Amino acid sequence: MDLLNAIVALSNFVIVPAVAYGAQLALGALGVTLIYGILRFSNFAHGDTMAFGTLVTILFTWWFQSMGITLGVLPTALLAIPFGIAGTALLVLATDRVVYRFYRRKKAKPVMLVIVSIGVMFVYNGLTRVILGPDDRNFADGERFIINARDFREMTGLEEGLAIRTTQGITVITAVLVVALLFWFLNRTRTGKSMRAYSDNEDLALLSGISPEKVERVTWLIVAALITVAGVLYGLDKSYKPFTYFQLLLPIFAAAIVGGLGSPIGAIVGGFVIAFSEVAITYAWKKVLEYAMPQALEPDGLVQLLSTDYKFAVSFMILLVVLIFRPTGLFRGKSV
Amino acid sequence: MSQTLKAPLLFALVAVLILGTGFLQSWNTAVLILNMGLVSAVMALGVNLQWGIAGLFNVGVMGFVALGGLAVVLTSMPAVPEAWSAGGVRIMAGLALGAATVIAGVMAWRRMRSAWLMIAVLIVGFFAYRWVFDAGVGAVEAVNSAQTGYLGGLGLPVVLAWPVGGLLAAGAAWIIGKIALGLRSDYLAIATLGIAEIIIAVLKNEEWLARGVKNVIGLPRPVPYEIDLQNDPAFVERAATLGMDPATASSLYVKFGYSILFAIVLVALLVLAQLALSSPWGRMMRAIRDNETAARAMGKNVTARHLQVFVLGSAICGVAGAMMTTLDGQLTPGSYQPLRYTFLIWVMVIVGGSGNNLGAILGGFLIWFLWVQVEPMAQGLAAGIGAILPAGSPFQASLADAAQHMRLLTMGIILLVVLRFSPRGLLPER
Repeated sequence: MDLLNAIVALSNFVIVPAVAYGAQLALGALGVTLIYGILRFSNFAHGDTMAFGTLVTILFTWWFQSMGITLGVLPTALLAIPFGIAGTALLVLATDRVVYRFYRRKKAKPVMLVIVSIGVMFVYNGLTRVILGPDDRNFADGERFIINARDFREMTGLEEGLAIRTTQGITVITAVLVVALLFWFLNRTRTGKSMRAYSDNEDLALLSGISPEKVERVTWLIVAALITVAGVLYGLDKSYKPFTYFQLLLPIFAAAIVGGLGSPIGAIVGGFVIAFSEVAITYAWKKVLEYAMPQALEPDGLVQLLSTDYKFAVSFMILLVVLIFRPTGLFRGKSV
Repeated sequence: MSQTLKAPLLFALVAVLILGTGFLQSWNTAVLILNMGLVSAVMALGVNLQWGIAGLFNVGVMGFVALGGLAVVLTSMPAVPEAWSAGGVRIMAGLALGAATVIAGVMAWRRMRSAWLMIAVLIVGFFAYRWVFDAGVGAVEAVNSAQTGYLGGLGLPVVLAWPVGGLLAAGAAWIIGKIALGLRSDYLAIATLGIAEIIIAVLKNEEWLARGVKNVIGLPRPVPYEIDLQNDPAFVERAATLGMDPATASSLYVKFGYSILFAIVLVALLVLAQLALSSPWGRMMRAIRDNETAARAMGKNVTARHLQVFVLGSAICGVAGAMMTTLDGQLTPGSYQPLRYTFLIWVMVIVGGSGNNLGAILGGFLIWFLWVQVEPMAQGLAAGIGAILPAGSPFQASLADAAQHMRLLTMGIILLVVLRFSPRGLLPER
């Protein structure tokens, strides 16, 4: 029995990856929740918007690299993120102007907008594949690890190593910064307050002179920023592939719904709930249990509750449990 | 233009498009488009029943289609006796135990109102299930894993798999509907999207069931094999009198065989759907769709009707899935993608005209034709533009690469244009 090693193994294989993944999901879910709260529909094109933002960032990253501009130990992509955000912002604003606005003016039913977003999803999907193809792309550069497993072992003298990748560190730091900025914006600035007012009660907000056009525009801008950052962080951490991003739609939506659609705090909590359960349920616990349990009780098998391919099943089960027992989510989101 | 005139005209257009493919490209391609068009039309009928007539937002079509495919393997492949004796019983016992656990858990919640008891039952049951189940799976997958490694099927004629596929999909839809139909429309959408992914994950992973990503190939066929026809002197002679070489003739003969079988299914389902639509039941469904509260006030059991139509629509998708897998002759779980098997069907229904069965069928044919033909068209265009550019420029190559992804873009634009300018589709609901 060796608790210290058990904790290190647990951190290495469960906590660190889940925190990074959770932060990425939380950023994605914040976007879903903002669109739902203010523009009042579930945006199925979210995953592909994320792919597009990442794609623009990748293109700029390559351009910077070709000119010899790098950030040293940090990934060059961080430098390219603002350009990625700008590109995505242009795309979503143009989409809103050409596609969504027409249905908002007509006061179409939310489900109509969902179907429209499926059309947008197809277009973005085609767009990302036409520009960069459907294949896996790795665009991370700079130092790979903050601490690698061997250094950690030498430093502490423990049997187990703890590796923290640069991308994981960056993910957490960036996510904290972005979320702090978002909450400051929503709670302290005039535009942020008018966005919340518009989300709470549209008619009353309009009556008090809030311009819906401005609120909608700002929402898309924020969503573009959130989703690009989320996509780039995910791509740095794992890799960029349009289909994977499309599939992220499911855990992202699960996170937003579990937290309560329309609630920003809920989206963050939901992101971590989904990430931790996905990682914990699909992780083979054998190693941790070997350290944590007395010799006699050590497990024979891998002690993996579900194979990793069932990770969607996990987010989905949590989603169902929450919907059955607490239909508005953990943080009392709105139900339109 | 009145619809009585518009519908035949649009169907004639589709016929011209397919015949044109036959004359300009090859008859093989044309009949392939026709066959998959028939299958797509059946899927569109199923989705139209759910969305067009009942207003249920099901984006889990892919899952039901895949279940239909699974039914083909389970019905028509020969059983593997060694696998059954190695671990079949254990797997079945494990599954029974799993089902019993879930039922016991639900009972614990319903009867006792105790969440802790339910969680305890589920956890104990889960480990018991894994203990019984895993050993069985290991044993079955070890049996000649390169060739079989699964339990096999019942060895029945493959056409029987089509209704079985419908039943399988209906069963799954019943369970899903029981859980998810109480939810709001966009929650139902996310729920069905998730379930479809889970069904695909099960098909990919559970090798004892249908070999997972190792694929089941060489499924039995309801029509003769080309090679048998080519070896049949009578057939060769008849082909010769028509002025065709035996290879082309046999291939067309087989494909037309499928077309006839599929057309029978489509027509039967269309007749049933039309009868249902114009019956009191159909009026009730539309009343529920248009105003749920009013229908409830009139004493209609909305939840039960929704469940009913959800099961029916999914069953139709299951039948279509079984037909498609029969046509392919193989089950490849890795090839199921939501864009192709869920959202494309949605495009068919919306473009064709939701709420109108004929519209859904028209959409099925038209969108499938475009899905197949946009790629060569874009490639032709890319080659045309590429020819003007200086030879060997990098732009030329990337243009050719881009052309193959044009179909997604085109489908999106078609959907958006139809939604904007003709939101009720080509053949609107009357």
